[in-house]
Formats: sequence, C-alpha cells, structure tokens
Amino acid sequence: MSLIYDARIRAFLYQLVAIGAVVFVAWAMFSTASANLAKQDIATGFGFLARQAGFVITETAIAYEPTDTFGRAILVGIANTVKVSALAVFFGTILGVLVGIGRLSHNPVLSRLMLAYVEALRNVPLLLYLLLWYSLIISVFPPVKQAIEMLPGVFLSNSGLVMPAMRWASGFEALFVAVVVGIVAAVVIERILARRRITTGKDMPIATFAALALLLPLAATLLFADISVSLDVPELGRFRLTGGYHVRPEFVALLIGLTLSASANVAEIVRAGIQAVSKGQWEAATALGLPRSRTLKLVILPQALRIIVPPLTNTYLTVFKNSSLAIAIGYPDLVMVSNTIMNQTGQAIEAIAIFMAVYLGLSILISLVMNWYNARVALRER
Amino acid sequence: MAQFEGFVADPTLMAPAARPPAHNRTWLSAYFGTPGNALITIVCLGTIFGLAKLAIGWLFVDAIFAGTPAECKASSGACWPFLSAKLRYIFFGFYPFDEQWRPLTAMLLFLGACGASMVPRTWGRVLAVAWIVVILPTLYTLMAGGMFGLTPVPTTQWGGLPLSFMLSFVGLACALPLGIALALARASSLPAIRVLGVGFIEIVRGVPLISILFMATVMLPLFMPDGITIDKLLRAQVAIILFAAAYIAEIVRGGLQAVPKGQIEAGHSLGLHYWQIMSKIVLPQALKKVIPPLVGLFIGFFQDTTLVTIVGLLDFLDTVRTAMRDPQWQGIAVLEGYVFAAVVYFFFSALMGAYSRFLEQYFRTTHD
Repeated sequence: MSLIYDARIRAFLYQLVAIGAVVFVAWAMFSTASANLAKQDIATGFGFLARQAGFVITETAIAYEPTDTFGRAILVGIANTVKVSALAVFFGTILGVLVGIGRLSHNPVLSRLMLAYVEALRNVPLLLYLLLWYSLIISVFPPVKQAIEMLPGVFLSNSGLVMPAMRWASGFEALFVAVVVGIVAAVVIERILARRRITTGKDMPIATFAALALLLPLAATLLFADISVSLDVPELGRFRLTGGYHVRPEFVALLIGLTLSASANVAEIVRAGIQAVSKGQWEAATALGLPRSRTLKLVILPQALRIIVPPLTNTYLTVFKNSSLAIAIGYPDLVMVSNTIMNQTGQAIEAIAIFMAVYLGLSILISLVMNWYNARVALRER
Repeated sequence: MAQFEGFVADPTLMAPAARPPAHNRTWLSAYFGTPGNALITIVCLGTIFGLAKLAIGWLFVDAIFAGTPAECKASSGACWPFLSAKLRYIFFGFYPFDEQWRPLTAMLLFLGACGASMVPRTWGRVLAVAWIVVILPTLYTLMAGGMFGLTPVPTTQWGGLPLSFMLSFVGLACALPLGIALALARASSLPAIRVLGVGFIEIVRGVPLISILFMATVMLPLFMPDGITIDKLLRAQVAIILFAAAYIAEIVRGGLQAVPKGQIEAGHSLGLHYWQIMSKIVLPQALKKVIPPLVGLFIGFFQDTTLVTIVGLLDFLDTVRTAMRDPQWQGIAVLEGYVFAAVVYFFFSALMGAYSRFLEQYFRTTHD
C-alpha cells in the first residue's frame, strides 16, 4: 500500500496512464479507419503520388502539365504557397514599418489616418477581405473581350493582367552567374570596407564601391556574352488572351489581402517596439543634433529591432498559415491542390497528412531562421 | 542685509535676465510647421477626402434605396433593396422563417448576458453558475426547440450570426479549461506529460486552422466506428475548441511563468499538494494576468470562425455569400453583402478591442 504514496512511483504511474491513453486512442482510431477504408474500397498508402494527376493547375510557380504526377502537383502547390507568402511578407513588412512609424508621427492627421488603417484591417476577418478584393477585381475590370490595352501588349481585364513575357533563347545561365557573382562581390567588399572604416576611421564611399561590384559583372556579361531574348506578346483572341505572362486576379486578391493584414500587424509591432525604447535615447540623440529621421534610423530602430523580432516571427508564421485561405477564392495553393487530390483519389488521410506535415515543417523552418536572426540582433552582453 | 552687499556681483557682468524662449507653437504648427509636415498633412487630407467622396458617392449619391434588382443593375451605386430583402436570411440563414424570433431572442439574450458579464462588479461564482445553469440551457432550448411547445429545429438549419456567435463563444469557453490543462502539462515536471503537452500545442500551432477543420469534416468520419455519425456542426465546433486550446495554452503559460517560484515553494511548505497549489495559489494569480490577452485572442477567434464557410457551414459570412448568389440578385449586389458583413464584424471586434483596453487599465490600477 505504501508504494502508492511514494511520489516517484505515483509520478511514473501518471505518465504511464497518460501515454497508455494516447496510444490506445491512436490505436482505436487507426484500426477503425483501416476497417472503414477497406470496407469503402479506398486505397491506402502514398503510392498515388507517382500516378498521373490529370488536372489543370491555373497558376504554376514551377513547370507543370496535367500529365505530371500527383507528387509534382503537390510540389506546385507548395511553390505557390511559398511564392504568395514570401511576397506578402516582403511587401507587408515594408508597408507595416512605414505605417507603424506613421502612427507615431507628431502630425495628428497622419497618425490618426494610420490608426484608422490599422483598426480597419484588424477588426474585419481576413477571409472577408479576400472575398471583397476578389469580387472588386472581378466586378470593376471589364471582361476579357473588352480588355483594356494599357500599353501595347499589356492587357487588363477581369481575368487579370496579361503582359509580354521574356523567353530566353540563350545566355540566361551566363546572366544568372553574373548576378550571383555581383551580389557576392558587393557583400564582400561592403564587409571589408566597413571593417576598415571601423579600424582606421577613414570614411570611404562604401555604397559606390558595392554598387560597382554589383554592376560590373552584369555589364560585362551584357556586352560580351551571347544573349538573345524573344518577347512573347499576348494576343487578344475572341474569348481569351493567349501567350504572355498572366497575373491572375486570384493571386492579386490573395497577395493584397495577405499583405494588408500583415502590414497592420507589423505596424502594431513596430509601434510598440519603438515606444519601448526609452525616451532618453531620443533626447540624447536630439542633444547631439541629429534630426528626427536620422535619430530614428541610427539610434531608435536598431534598439527597437531587438524587441520587434520575436513577435515579427509570429506574424510571418501567421501570414504563411493564412495563405491557406487561398482555397476560398481559388488560388491553387497547397491546400487547394491537396483538396483536389483528395476528391480525385478519395485518400483524404494521406492528402491531409501531407499538407499538415509540409506546413509544420515550413513553420519550424521559419522559426529557426527568425531565431537565428534574433540571436544576431540581440544585445550582446559582455 | 548690508553685510552681504559685497557678495553681489557687478550687475553689468551678469547676463541679462532672458525670458524663457517663447513657445510660439500654435495648433496649426502641428499640421503645417515645416514644409515636409505641411505636405504630409495635405496628402493625408487628400486621401481622406478622396475615400470619403468615393464612399459617400457609392453609399448614398448613386445608390438605389428602393426598387427592383433591374434598377439596381442599371445603377453604379450601392443597392440597398438587396439588404432589406435579404436581411433576415443573412442574419438567420435557413432557420424556419416563422420561428426566427427564437434566434433573435437568443442573440439578444446572449448579447445582454455578455454585456452584464463584462462589468467587473458582476464577476464571481454566481455569474458562472448563472451562465451554466440558466443562460446556456435557455439559449440552447430557444435554438433547438423540442421543449415547452417549441418546434424542434435541427442544427443543419442553424445559420447566420447566431451560429458565428455560438462557434466562437462555445469554442473559447470550452477551450479555456483545456488550454489551462495543456499549459499545466507543458509546465509539468513529469517528462512524458510535458512531451505530450508540448507536442499537441506545437503541432496545432504549426498548422493552419483550415487544415484542422478539414480533418474534422473530411477525415474524422473515417475514424468513427460504423453507425456512429457526429453532427457536422459539432465536428467543426470541436475543431475550433482544439485549435483555440493550443493558443490559450501558450497565453496561460506566459501567466504561469510570471508567478514567482516562491509562491509554489510557499505552498509546498504549507503541506499543500500539487492540485491545491495550482488551483488555490498559482492559477488565480496567473489567470488574472492573462485576461487582457485572452480577450485579444477572442477577437481573433471570432474572426477566424468565418473559416467554417470553407467546409460548408452556414455561418454569418456564408449566409452573406449565398445571399449574393441568389439568382434574383446574382451579379447585381457584388459588394453590398461583403461591406455589410465587414461593418458587423468591425462593430463587434472593435467593441471587444475597447473592452480589452479597458481591462488592461482596470488590472493596472486595482491591487489585490
């Protein structure tokens, strides 16, 4: 009897019961599921990934044809999800930082306008905004037959923006290499010169040197390599536009919706971060004669960044997860492609397992990257 | 006085007593103080003016206030007859038309009870008991019927705003105890319990809500033994509860971490066991700290319930969408419904946001 009163044994028993319960529920669900699937004659396993998909995906960030496999279709979905979330994070951050700084402006009109912007975005569901932007685009722009030709070869209609696309005949690889070399050279030169400025105190036009390093390889390639590009100009047919590069309204609506909602969250984070920097920092910078804009850039923002980065990570993760709302307006992201596969193969468990695993994996990846960045900007205490 | 005269400095050497610099900032200088500032003001005013002109033009000047769908089609402004014709459907969905006083009463009762519960003075055991024993059963009876001579209405006919309120309110009310349990599990000293807690919380937080809703609506039926079917509404509700619990757990964890360790040690030294320490010492202090962020979370979940429209439940956003797809109005009222829904969501979210700020202020100033 006294064994029950031993704290260690009781702790062990509690854990055993908890694990036992989880295992039992998992086992019960698994066995009923396999019985049900066998009864309904649904295949199990991930063999379907190698089969031919046979459905069209309207927007493909990587090459895809209906004759490709289901596995390829899922990759296209992942690429589309990453594409729209990365763009939304990029634009949302820039817009959000500007709005957040605007919120703290001494100009009452500006700060109140920015407050209204943030409140309007935070108090209405994102899904509602997505549907609203989508139907705005659909209803404001004319149908394809009366597409507006804004510039020669650029058509705007309610099926999106179609513009001439560049098709590389040759020289693409050389140009790509030149750009990569230029970027690497610019970063290295910037590092070296910045270190030299710190050690010697001599000022140098770092930005000019870096720009030169960036542009020289590119210019050399353009001059000496064999580059030929053909323009694929869209043509207005009777019912649709053929050729060219197509920016679809689903993509635009999703990008606008995600960008705006991200910007409202970023703005609040930036505002809170700036306000958390002590007032003495402002006063000290003003006493040194720095104007307000330079104070913000050189003194306040670097310190605010430490407070801003952790919640910013959460916002980026939210944007990434919110991109799954794409299914409501028909942008073929990972969830929508998985949904199509689910309907075609009937293998709901596998399809949902795949997209949940992908979201989980990418979420963890984003967290890791942001934690690494956070460790870089964090205060180094000596 | 005389002996100090020698110490008085020569007045000619002293700097003249200067007046403090005149503060000539008028109210105008905040708007037009510098050229840059003036430019900002003008651009902002221009933006506000442009937006207002657009909104007033669409809402009133070009709008049709009474008329047929055909008249609306001809006009470029808002179509108010659409709203008046569809208002009851938008609010109550397919709930039987003659019985719609019931969801209306339920909604008003719910809002009234919420309003009363928002006043800190009413907080206490009596309020909790009143919710569980009186208010929630009354609401359910009103909605479902089958008692007191009310015709039964199956959940498949529930819809509109009452459904949105129900999904978010019941979701959060049930998720709260679960979330607290998860937070305790995560802070537990037993490794297996901690791993299970962390696993659940991180997995749920790492995936979008829509994937959990898909699981509940598409996958769950496959896991059920033959002959057992669970109501679709209930399945979505459970999904929302599980999702919300993971987020609540993270907020509660923050509160738990803010309680000093000495409190737990003091409890041990008094001879209290784990549950007594948690329920009587740690949780009361921790939960009080996290009430404002919990209200903030609630605003988010109230908006996130709109996602159930993707798995085919008739929530408020979905009734708005289906109303616009009515053949009689299709292609005519393309924006009116969304704008109306946005106003409704904005109203309730902004109200709760204001309440959250009030609570922050309230907890900052009360000491106990």
